[in-house]
Amino acid sequence: MSKVLDDLYYSESHEWVKVLDGDTVLLGISDFAQSQLGSVVFVDLPDVGTKLIIHKEFGAVESVKAASDLISPVSGVVLEVNEDLIGEPELINQDPYEAWLLKVKLTNPKELDALLNKAEYAKISG
Amino acid sequence: MAEIKTTSLFEYHKSKGARLEEFAGYEMPIVYTSIIEEHNAVRENVGMFDVSHMGEILVKGKDALKYVDHVFSNEITSKENGKVVYGMMLYDNGTIVDDLLVYKVSDTECFLVVNASNTGKDYAWLVDQTEGYEVTLTNLSEDYSQIAVQGPNAESKLLQVFGLDLSSLLFYTFSYFDISGHHVLVSRTGYTGEDGFEIYGDHLAIREIWESLDNNGVTPCGLGARDTLRFEASLPLYGHEISDSLTPLEAGLKMFVKFEKPDFIGKVQLEKDLEAGLTRRVVGLELKEKAIPRQGYKIFRGEEEVGYVTTGYLSITLGKPIAMALVKQEYSKQGNEVTVQIRNKMIPGFVRDKKFLQKNYKK
Repeated sequence: MSKVLDDLYYSESHEWVKVLDGDTVLLGISDFAQSQLGSVVFVDLPDVGTKLIIHKEFGAVESVKAASDLISPVSGVVLEVNEDLIGEPELINQDPYEAWLLKVKLTNPKELDALLNKAEYAKISG
Repeated sequence: MAEIKTTSLFEYHKSKGARLEEFAGYEMPIVYTSIIEEHNAVRENVGMFDVSHMGEILVKGKDALKYVDHVFSNEITSKENGKVVYGMMLYDNGTIVDDLLVYKVSDTECFLVVNASNTGKDYAWLVDQTEGYEVTLTNLSEDYSQIAVQGPNAESKLLQVFGLDLSSLLFYTFSYFDISGHHVLVSRTGYTGEDGFEIYGDHLAIREIWESLDNNGVTPCGLGARDTLRFEASLPLYGHEISDSLTPLEAGLKMFVKFEKPDFIGKVQLEKDLEAGLTRRVVGLELKEKAIPRQGYKIFRGEEEVGYVTTGYLSITLGKPIAMALVKQEYSKQGNEVTVQIRNKMIPGFVRDKKFLQKNYKK
């Protein structure tokens, strides 16, 4: 059974969004996503300043066997990239909710309303 | 749709929590714990694979050797009994029906081990080639289970667990042994680039052997690690580096084609190809940036598309992105700069040899 945390927003493509304050958020992938992938060996992330568009691909998480596209659950601008993951992509397997991928400034915080809450996400990631 | 088959170890894999997926018509373990851990266990210690899905075809009769040498790119007649020989079966046009191991049992008997995904096709094709030869073919695939025990400590582990002394079993030879009261065939062969053995027996025998090895510290491995291991050893896989649209010459496997033989199926065409020169070939690739070149990704030289990746990984043992790829002949020289399209990025790389890794065979 994979772990789902309170106080996060989730997408159907298995990303999570954590609101830091107002319109600044962290993005990551869920425990279910990392367990499906297996050992993560490479993370392909956009540069700081890149514009994210809701429902569009913005990078990839790759395990030994598969590359999985990252789909942005929100629109915004990349403020920061988690550089720790470049050298240690396995952090995503160890704790997918600590190992955030991007810090993002939202262009439309209302988009969060369309995302799933814990209970809703638990249903599709059982 | 055909029913998905299972091996005799299926229940065991399931009970141990292996991730199972359909492969070549069988429900097979893809990964037990982690591909990386399993891969490293084989490189550094000893691991084992359920490869019971492989096909086994017995050729028997007065003309067994003559027949095998007619359908086989390598050569078997001059070999001693107990020898294993790798090679390919070819169509008349020189492309590959399958690659296989031939076990020479006697002057009237050979045991052929073929890819699971091709067993049906291979058997039918082999039967079609028997005209004029006094041979009987039997598809024994359902009767045999098979495991591969691979890694630098494979020999010592089999001695420790079963008292089985394999020190005099040479590379690419086989013999029959009794393991815990079971009569089995053991060959010093494998698909990992490490020393190791493949064990063939009836279903019960293999189940018991697997369980004993599991209880004695041999790491159960899935097909995921089997692929990363064989790739680093640049061993070809049907459907990737070899196929029915590629010849052994294009695949870089000429050393397994014995042109000295008076005849084998495909020989005439391959001789013409050699004369005319190749138009494409399988090469090694290395990328200069960290990214993972996966099967099917396109390769460019400037604007021109010059080939595609056949298998690629971020090599677990070497820690860098490498691939095998099919490229146009004019770009196949080592050192040639190319780019690989990985999603929306063009990643620079270069053509290199396929000796990614020193093989640790005990010869």
